[in-house]
Amino acid sequence: MPVFDVLSSKLSGVFDRLRSRGALNEADVIEALREVRLALLDADVALPVVKEFIAKARERAVGVEVLDSVSPGQQVVKIVHDTMIEALGGAGAVPLNLNAVAPVSILMVGLQGSGKTTTSGKIALRLFTKQRKRVLLASLDTQRPAAQLQLAQLAVQAGVASLPIIAGQTPLEIAIRAMETGRREVYDVVILDTAGRLSIDATLMEEVRQIRTLTNPAETLLVVDAMTGQDAVNTAKAFNDAVGVTGIVLTRMDGDSRGGAALSMRAVTGAPIKLTGSGEKLDALEDFHPERVAGRILGMGDVVGLVERASEMVDQEQAEKLARKMAKGNFDLEDFASQLKQITKMGSISSILGMLPGGAKLASAVGDAKMDPKIIGRQVAIIGSMTAKERRTPDLIKASRKKRIAAGSGVTVQDVNRLLKQFDDMSDMMKRMNKLGQKGLMRQGLSALMPQQRPQNRRPF
Amino acid sequence: MALGFLSRLTQGLARSAGKLTEGIGAVFTKRKLDEAALADLEDLLIGSDLGTDVTRRIIANFRRTRFGKEVTDTEVKQALAEEIAEILAPVARPLVINPERAPHVVLVVGVNGSGKTTTIGKLALQYREQGLKPMLVAGDTFRAAAVEQLQIWGERTAAPVVFAPPNADAAGLAFDALTRARAEGIDVLLIDTAGRLHNKSALMEELSKIIRVIRKQDPSCPHSVLLVLDATTGQNAVQQVGVFKEMVDVTGLIVTKLDGSARGGIVVALAEEYGLPVHAVGVGEQMGDLRPFFPMDFARGLVGA
Repeated sequence: MPVFDVLSSKLSGVFDRLRSRGALNEADVIEALREVRLALLDADVALPVVKEFIAKARERAVGVEVLDSVSPGQQVVKIVHDTMIEALGGAGAVPLNLNAVAPVSILMVGLQGSGKTTTSGKIALRLFTKQRKRVLLASLDTQRPAAQLQLAQLAVQAGVASLPIIAGQTPLEIAIRAMETGRREVYDVVILDTAGRLSIDATLMEEVRQIRTLTNPAETLLVVDAMTGQDAVNTAKAFNDAVGVTGIVLTRMDGDSRGGAALSMRAVTGAPIKLTGSGEKLDALEDFHPERVAGRILGMGDVVGLVERASEMVDQEQAEKLARKMAKGNFDLEDFASQLKQITKMGSISSILGMLPGGAKLASAVGDAKMDPKIIGRQVAIIGSMTAKERRTPDLIKASRKKRIAAGSGVTVQDVNRLLKQFDDMSDMMKRMNKLGQKGLMRQGLSALMPQQRPQNRRPF
Repeated sequence: MALGFLSRLTQGLARSAGKLTEGIGAVFTKRKLDEAALADLEDLLIGSDLGTDVTRRIIANFRRTRFGKEVTDTEVKQALAEEIAEILAPVARPLVINPERAPHVVLVVGVNGSGKTTTIGKLALQYREQGLKPMLVAGDTFRAAAVEQLQIWGERTAAPVVFAPPNADAAGLAFDALTRARAEGIDVLLIDTAGRLHNKSALMEELSKIIRVIRKQDPSCPHSVLLVLDATTGQNAVQQVGVFKEMVDVTGLIVTKLDGSARGGIVVALAEEYGLPVHAVGVGEQMGDLRPFFPMDFARGLVGA
C-alpha cells in the first residue's frame, strides 16, 4: 500500500519484532536502529540528520537502561520517540513572534512552488480572525506572471487588505511602499510575499537580503514543501545564511510524505518549525507540534490530533450515545450508519487511521484505495434501505430481504453482503476493544485489534 | 541561443553535482575501494536522492567489479555516470507531437507548485517555433489567479487561451476548448490542470473525469499526459508518479527546477521503477528554459564526471 505512510509501517515492523522478544541485547538495538536509519532515509530525512539521530538514539538505547528494563522493546521505542521529538524541536508549538513596533513585518521566502503565496494568505487569515490583527498583504513577486494578482485575490478571500499593485516597481520599491503604507494606514502586520528563488541564485539572494535589511522583519519564514528530498537542507542552510531564518513553514503536510523534511529542518537551521500547511483552503494552517509529528512518524499515532479533530467534527451527543451502546455490547447497523457518516465528515479514513497508534499498519492492511467517500455513501444508502427492525437485528436479513435492500439502494446483493460482513468485522473489533480496555489499546496500538489472519479483501469498518 | 542553452544546462547540473563531486573527490582520491569506502559512496548516492534501492544496486555492482582495487576519483565518477546513464537511456524520449491529430491533446498534471503552468508556457513557445499552432486551456479553475498566469503565457507565446470563471468545471472547459480547437485548426491543445496531491482521491477522480469527458469528442484523447515533477522532490516522487500513472495513465515526465541545488537523483529511481519517458527538463523561469533530456549529460552532471 504505497499511498500510506511508509516510515510508520516500517518502524512498526521493526518495533513489533523488538516487542515480541523478552530481553534485548545490544545487537538487537543496533539492528533495529539500522532499520530505523533506512526507514528515515526512505522518508527523505537528510543523511547528516539521520546519522546524528541514530548516534544519539544508540547512545541512549544501548546499555544498562535498556537491557535491564522490564520491557526493552517499549524502552527503545520511547528512546527513539524522545530523540525524534528533540530533533524536531522539543515539545509544544512555537508561536509566531509579533513582538515589535507596529507595523510588524513578516518576510516570506523560499524556492519556487513551495507555497509562499498561499501560506501568506493563510497567515493573514489566521492573524485577522484569531488575533484580531489589521493585516496588509504585499506581493514582491515581480517574476512569476500574475503572482501579485494571486495574493490580491487571496487577500479578498481572507478579508484583509492588500497593497495596490503598481506595474513596473521593483521588489525593493514595493517593500518600501508596503512598509510606508503599513505605517500610514496603521496596520498591525505587513506580510511580504517574495518571489520564489533558488538558493544558488546570487543576484536574487542579494535582493532578498536587501529587502530584509530594509524592512527588519520580526519573522523571516522559510516556506518548504514537505515532499522535499535531501536538498531541503541545502535550501534551508542557504536561506538561513543569507537572511537569517526565524521560522519554518512546512507545506503540503496533507500529502503522504510527512516526516522527512520536518526532521531535517530544525537540525540544520536551528530555526523552529512554526506552522504547517495541510490543504489549499485558507484555513488549512496549523501549529507545528513536534510531539505529534514524532508520534506519527514512528507509527505511534497522533492521538492528540485525532481527538482535537474529532471533537471539532463529531457530533458529541451522538458519540456519547454510541459509546454507551458499545460498552453495553449492543452496537447495531443504525450505529454503524451514523459512524460512517461521521467518518465522511472527518476526512479520509486513512488520515484518521494514521493518527491512531499502529494505524499506519492497519490502513495498509485494509487497503486504503478502497476507502473512498463514494463507497461510504453507498453503504449509508444500503443501511437506509433497511427497516428499523432489520437495523436492530441484522441476523434477520436473509436472501429475500437482501434482494429488497439491494433494489432499494440501487446496489447488488453482493454489496449488501459485503456491508453485512463489514458490520460483523466491526462488531468483532468492538468486542476486542472492550476486552482490551483503554490501557491495552494505548500500549499495543490499533494493531492489537487486527484479526490474526484475514483475507486480503477485508474492508475497514 | 544554442550556446547559452547548453552552457546553462551544464552550469545548472554542475551546481547540482557540486556537493556529490566534492564528496567523491575527497573520499576516493587514490584510495582502496574497501567496505568503508563503499559505505561512504552509498551515503553520497543516497544524499543525492537516488533512493536506497538504486543505490544498493550500484554499490553491489561496484563491490563485484571493483572491490579491493585502487581506484581514482575519475574512475569512480566515470563508472558511476555510465551506470546511471545506462538506467536513464531508455527513458530519454522527446515528446513527439502529431499535428495530424488536429489537435494533439496534451493533458498536463502534477502536484501543487511543481511548475505545470510555466512548463505549458515553455512548451507553447517551442511548438510555436516549430511552426505549429498551440492553444492553451486554463484548466486550473481553483487557484487564485491561475487563469491570469496562463493568460500572460498566452500573450508571450501568441497562443489563444481558453478559460472559464473561477471554480468552473474543468472537464466542461476542456471539452469546449477541444471543440474550439478542432474548429480553428489548432495543432496542439495544452490543457493545464489544478495542482493536486496524489493521495487525494476525490481530486484525482476529477482528472479522470476530464479525460472521460474529452473522450466523448475524440476517443483517442488525450494523446499525451504529462506529469510535471519538481526535481527537489524526494522519495515520495515514486508514490506520486505511481498514483498519477495509475489514475490518469501518464505517458511522460517533465522534470522542473533542475537549475537549483537539487540533484534530481529521484529521476534515476523513477526510471528504474516505471520506465516512463522523460521528455524534457526545466532549467529556469524564462520562456526558453526547457531542454531535451540527455542521459549521459544528466548523469555526468549528477556525479561531476
